[in-house]
Amino acid sequence: MNRRLSLFNVTSLVLGFAFLYLPILLLMVYSFNASRLVTVWGGFSTQWYSALFRNEPLMEAAWVTLRIALLSASAATILGTLAAIALTRYGRFTGRTLFTGMIYAPMVMPEVITGLSLLLFFVAIGLDRGFWTITLAHTTLTMCFVTVVVQARLLTFDRSLEEAAMDLGAPPLRTFFSVTLPLIAPSIVAGFLLAFTLSLDDLVIASFNTGPGATTLPIRIYSQVRLGLSPEVNAASTILIGIVAVGVLTATLLSKRSLLRSDRTAG
Amino acid sequence: MAGPSFLKRLGPGLVPFVPYLWLAVFFLLPFLIVFKISLSDPAVAQPPYRPVFEWSDIAAFFSGLDLENFATLIDDSLYLDATLSSLRIAAISTALLLLVGFPIAYAMARAPQKHRPLLVALVIMPFWTSFLIRIYAWVAILKPEGLLNQALMGLGLIGDPLNILNTETAVYIGIVYAYLPFMVLPLYASLEKQDHSLIEAALDLGSPPWRAFWTITVPLAMPGIVAGSLLCFIPAVGEFVIPDLLGGSETLMIGKQLWSEFFSNRDWPLASSVAILLLLILVVPIVIYRDVESRQLEGRR
Amino acid sequence: MSSFRQNPSVGAVRRTFAPWADPSATPLIRVEQVTKRFGDAVAVDHLSVDIHDREFFCLLGPSGCGKTTLMRMIAGFEQPTAGRITLAGRDLAGVPPYRRPVNMMFQSYALFPHMSVEKNIAFGLRQDGLPKDEIAARVSEMLRLVQLESLARRRPDQLSGGQKQRVALARALAKRPKVLLLDEPLGALDKKLREETQFELMDIQHELGMTFIVVTHDQEEAMTMADRIAVMDHGRIVQVATPGEIYEQPKTRFIAEFVGDVNIIEGKVMGQEGGLWRVATASAEAPFTIDDPDEVLEKGQGVAIAIRPEKMTIRRGAPEPGTMNALTGEVWDIGYLGDWTVYRVKLASGEIMRISRANASRFVENPIDWDEQVTITFAPDAAVILAE
Repeated sequence: MNRRLSLFNVTSLVLGFAFLYLPILLLMVYSFNASRLVTVWGGFSTQWYSALFRNEPLMEAAWVTLRIALLSASAATILGTLAAIALTRYGRFTGRTLFTGMIYAPMVMPEVITGLSLLLFFVAIGLDRGFWTITLAHTTLTMCFVTVVVQARLLTFDRSLEEAAMDLGAPPLRTFFSVTLPLIAPSIVAGFLLAFTLSLDDLVIASFNTGPGATTLPIRIYSQVRLGLSPEVNAASTILIGIVAVGVLTATLLSKRSLLRSDRTAG
Repeated sequence: MAGPSFLKRLGPGLVPFVPYLWLAVFFLLPFLIVFKISLSDPAVAQPPYRPVFEWSDIAAFFSGLDLENFATLIDDSLYLDATLSSLRIAAISTALLLLVGFPIAYAMARAPQKHRPLLVALVIMPFWTSFLIRIYAWVAILKPEGLLNQALMGLGLIGDPLNILNTETAVYIGIVYAYLPFMVLPLYASLEKQDHSLIEAALDLGSPPWRAFWTITVPLAMPGIVAGSLLCFIPAVGEFVIPDLLGGSETLMIGKQLWSEFFSNRDWPLASSVAILLLLILVVPIVIYRDVESRQLEGRR
Repeated sequence: MSSFRQNPSVGAVRRTFAPWADPSATPLIRVEQVTKRFGDAVAVDHLSVDIHDREFFCLLGPSGCGKTTLMRMIAGFEQPTAGRITLAGRDLAGVPPYRRPVNMMFQSYALFPHMSVEKNIAFGLRQDGLPKDEIAARVSEMLRLVQLESLARRRPDQLSGGQKQRVALARALAKRPKVLLLDEPLGALDKKLREETQFELMDIQHELGMTFIVVTHDQEEAMTMADRIAVMDHGRIVQVATPGEIYEQPKTRFIAEFVGDVNIIEGKVMGQEGGLWRVATASAEAPFTIDDPDEVLEKGQGVAIAIRPEKMTIRRGAPEPGTMNALTGEVWDIGYLGDWTVYRVKLASGEIMRISRANASRFVENPIDWDEQVTITFAPDAAVILAE
């Protein structure tokens, strides 16, 4: 279908994407503002970036956040993938409904509830709040997202590929590692990235479960924002957005190239 | 699939057991604890609640439980108001999201095939950037001396700065902005599947374009409309960051209330009761959403 | 009259390879009283069949008849609920698919999308732990066999449908299985390519001397390729026979209607005269004379007469007095197919008969036209009596 878009459709797209991207662009532009006032342009400067790197609490928070995100996303990827395999490959097992309920609930549950309930749980079992409680909380939340991403892939997975491997003499475990895993790997990677980003981004659950010495970047940014706008936060945000943008663009280009390759040979 | 799954032989019972156990411990159990604490009395202590459950005394456990906290929730109109106001704000936001999201999703679905992956990526992209940062960006825009007022005054459209920040309007803008991808993507998914020849058939049979839209496009997009609406409505009810940063002191929302009960008043049992209340409000939409979602997943088989 | 039936080659092809007719031959695969249930549904119902070494065997039937389930039980993806399957005398119960000397070509081809053509073909050989040079040699032999040498390094998504089909075939053949199972092997190909590939499959089967079991719903495909066809319906085999027997001597009305076109006329047996059956019908005034001596019928029994369209003749006008097996009617439709012309004739009883006539010459003088009154006749041995 290569019909031209009507004026109405083009307008919707332009306005829609302007709405989505303008605030972020403005925020990035003002990170290069020489003035301390976030809303008044005072000339180009990178001073807030150097201030940012000298801001030890902020850098410390970034480091803590990164470690939590890596740990929890790794654990969540393993747990979530196992859960997805269980849900797609084990048919009806006892407690399946409860299991699927527990997978979907954390995704739609308001974060304040999840955060509060985990905190009360950690208090009840006497676990000191801090780095590990946030990691456990994030693992629990994000594994559900990994499950859904991997499950969607497994549901569209052509089972005859596994049957073909077994038919050709590969025992179950070898079939899994030589056929199933390579083919669902992109969804596992996508699940990991999703879990990582969610953990990096979370303010509410981390706030409930944080303790001394475990201040994450969102908690730090939030407390600074409550005190007023700060160009340093703009600079930090710009760096974060830049990293994500490069990552997403690379992934898109890579998948686009493989698409083009198959287009060319099919045609 | 009735055949013997090869994974069953891989590790009998082990594979589903680990995540199952994990969720039982870190998701289900905490909820039971919240439920229990919502029935206990506050205490000036660390942690600031008095456990009512003693293993030694089952009778005392049941007699010690009371609905005092829930009585407080009903007596104090603050909580009822916050609940109603949350539902209202979430409902209005969802309607606004549909209004804004539908034309975008529709235009994406009508765009040339080769551009669609890019458009989808562009919608998803903001989701990958921090939620907090995106809300923060609006503070600078909506402030009285902020960029929106500067632009409008610069264009001569208004004489005095509009007061948007710290009002409910700002909350609506924030929710629509933050949740737009969640509305557009399910809508796009259901619109993109639609065969354009259906519309052509309707036109051919004498239906004017607007009626073809209402009688063909919209009903067929219903699964997307329902999924998108629930996906926005449910978290919007319990939203904390947006009303806290963009809303004013008069913007009542239940998530914000829970937060302040917990962090400012340090009344953990009451905060737990608020959590239970919020959960009860959301049970029905969550169950519907789960049903819609799992049916869509199954449908892809 | 029944002299031609002394000749065993029913249909146009004489077969010299017929181990099933030899009582001393041991079958390669024996399916004995196999039943498969999925919950309440019975997919395969007390089914028994013997398949011989080097046979090209087709399982033919409409979708849902249980043919794929039977094949999957031979491959080991499903376990029979009851009964047993043996291969060269060995009971296959409990033997997982990866230990069976049987390979399968999947309907979807199931080519591993993350592996090149050569890697796909080598997959099964690598599972057996063959030395590298032997694998390489076997892979290039297979590529030559299916004429894909130039595409060895392509990925499956870079191949056309026909090329994919060849890779799937090469991959399944690479391990030189005793039995090759093919699930709708030509289903995804277009008509022209399908016809060419049918003959190629027959050549390859002959060259490698393997046993092929093909599942198909396409009767033309089965007729072209098979040594024997098993027609399946509702989990049972209705008839196992050569293509010629299936077409010319169908056992039931279901087979007559499923394989090829057929006209069915219902009637009652009046008796036997000189080895020929007399059957009265509502379609014609005079009873029909049918030469089908194998049937054992009783007087007054309800039967169906099956006559293939090409075995009927059509001519203009009323029948001459004394004509045997004559029907009269009006031309309802004429379809010109190039090689054949098909007439649909409406009888006085309201039934529609289908008659086909080969277009042996390019020009026909004064051809039969729409709405003309015509007479249809058929020889006594052109019809088959099917007990109701």
